[in-house]
Amino acid sequence: MHYGTIPYDVAHLLGATMLVLSFALLYQRRVAAVIDIYALQAMVLAAAALWQGWAQGAPQLYLTGAITLAAKGIAIPIALHRIVRRLEIHRSVETALGIFPSMVLGVGLVALAILVVLPITLSAQVLTREDLATALSVVLLGLLAMITRRNALTQVVGFMSLENGLILAAVGITGMPLVVELSVAVLVLVAMVVFGVFFFRIRDRFDSLDLHRLDPISTQR
Amino acid sequence: MNLLPPADGLVVLLPLLGAITLGLVANHRIAARINILFALATFAAAVHLAYDPPPPGSFLLADRLSVHLALLTSFIGASTSFVSLGFIEAEMTAGLLDRRRARLYHAMYQALLAFMLLALLSDNTGLVWVSVEAATIAGVLVVGLPGTAEAVEASWKYFIVCGVGIALSLFGTIVLYLAAEPATGPGMAAMSWHTLLPAAARCNGIVLNLAFVFLLLGYGTKAALAPLHNWMPDAHAQGPTPVSAMLSGSMMNVALSVILRLRLLLGANAGAISPGPPIMALGLLSVLFAAFTLWRRNDVKRFFAVSSIEQGGVVAFAFGLGGAVPVFAGLLHLTLHTLVKTAIFGCVGWAAQRKGGQSFFRIGGLGHGTRAIGLLLAAAIVAIAGLPPFGLFVSEFMIITETMRRLPLLVIPLALGLLVGAWAMFARLQSLCLGPPTPDGGIAPAAGWTVYPALAHLALAAACGLLLPGMMSDWLGAIP
Repeated sequence: MHYGTIPYDVAHLLGATMLVLSFALLYQRRVAAVIDIYALQAMVLAAAALWQGWAQGAPQLYLTGAITLAAKGIAIPIALHRIVRRLEIHRSVETALGIFPSMVLGVGLVALAILVVLPITLSAQVLTREDLATALSVVLLGLLAMITRRNALTQVVGFMSLENGLILAAVGITGMPLVVELSVAVLVLVAMVVFGVFFFRIRDRFDSLDLHRLDPISTQR
Repeated sequence: MNLLPPADGLVVLLPLLGAITLGLVANHRIAARINILFALATFAAAVHLAYDPPPPGSFLLADRLSVHLALLTSFIGASTSFVSLGFIEAEMTAGLLDRRRARLYHAMYQALLAFMLLALLSDNTGLVWVSVEAATIAGVLVVGLPGTAEAVEASWKYFIVCGVGIALSLFGTIVLYLAAEPATGPGMAAMSWHTLLPAAARCNGIVLNLAFVFLLLGYGTKAALAPLHNWMPDAHAQGPTPVSAMLSGSMMNVALSVILRLRLLLGANAGAISPGPPIMALGLLSVLFAAFTLWRRNDVKRFFAVSSIEQGGVVAFAFGLGGAVPVFAGLLHLTLHTLVKTAIFGCVGWAAQRKGGQSFFRIGGLGHGTRAIGLLLAAAIVAIAGLPPFGLFVSEFMIITETMRRLPLLVIPLALGLLVGAWAMFARLQSLCLGPPTPDGGIAPAAGWTVYPALAHLALAAACGLLLPGMMSDWLGAIP
């Protein structure tokens, strides 16, 4: 795959779309919209996995794409919307940082990712390098989204967006064994169950998903 | 590839089977005994693995390092299962746990053990990662088990901080594959420790650097190295005590062993950065940070969790220093710390149940009335402070003399941290074991469930201090 050929361009486009959606996650304030953006990003990730499966001739990536689409693109967003409705947290999300500073930080992180990955001059695979830079950017933006949000649910979405970046990195590497992708897909589901447990326990006791309100031990240790 | 040959795979399959079985047993008394049976059987399987290791290239990586740590982990799992029996019994009597939670607790105990063993023994870096993640999830469930606001917060914090750490280490694992691919060829070979280490010199050095940064941050979080440690004191203070004991010793060992392997990998590659200094920096920072914050801790379990951060830092420092002697000393330190710290958590947990609270104001004067526990705890604190006759003195002595020989200036902060930490230990020893006894306010199990495992651990630690130039040194010396 080289610059200017169709497989390269499409893969690059899909990766860049995920990156743009990561930025959208950073500035979006309504909980429902945050979940929708996450779903969209997961769908783009599924498309990227399917495309890589075709371009690399690696049929196991079709499976990764299908799992991603079903679990992260459809099932998890539906579950999250249901949680939002049940807990009645439609209101907008408090952020610890304004939109402008977080966007500036985000751009800085993308620049950092490119600078870090750029020295990797792989002889054969240009795409791997570009893909890795994009994936690292998505990972870092997911981290930033987690830091700038105060609400547990949006933090969770930031975390899952971070994991989207990880899968993007994994599918972009030719010949990477399937083990990792499959297990990640399964584990995200498992992690989701754990999150669910948390939501209901937190809800039981505090009437809120705002982590700021349950901070008694950090002040009295 | 041969998946899980039956005899060798038992060491991982048994606790997994145990987790499933215990998920079905509703009666907590029966469950606690089944838990002991499975933990003992797992230890037996680990001993078998040590005597008859599978050849390299099979599913499990049974080199000296992994077999040693698997033996240690399964031993801790077995001895702690006795402590756990008493602990759960008392918690149920006091009404602090219900049946559903006790069932989850026992299932997760075995799951935690299974995934830690798999992480230690797996040859595949991807599978190591999966096991660490699974062990983290099991740990999160257990820590949140008491269901109090503090426990929920602690387990949420544990999950988020370690979740991010784990995510970073997955990125590192992917990049590691990329770095190894030119040397080993595509496919499983680029993800197997036993093919990675011999091919280290031919890996892509720059890519290896990138992988190292992410893996160090990721597994450093699991090893609770400062500044990535802040989930650990909360998780230990809130979780059920037997699990605190397992997490404190064994989870840290899993992460530190990965860091040690990484160090060997990068050390053998000319194009990569020198891995020693970053690991040493994290280790030294942990020692200093923990030593000085020990003074401000009022919660007994939190106090000893911070002490684990300190000891983990000593081990990381030794691993970072590199070379035969420091790595040997680091492994010895890690082994003995695990033994002693598990004994401490056993005693402290018992005392917290009896006194009905876990702050230092509630627990004091254990030497009166509860003499066996008080004496054992005092001995264990002396051991963890690094005094003879216990083996931690030997390992710390070796690490300090080796540092003095190679990097004399670093001895000052290291020794300062160790001294301040030991001093804090003695300050607490006074009130915990010697002072006037505080009133009892809770229900404690029969002391025997705690005393005998703790006694066994301390006897082993003392034996390593007194008889070290024997079997133990041959065994550990063959690792690096």
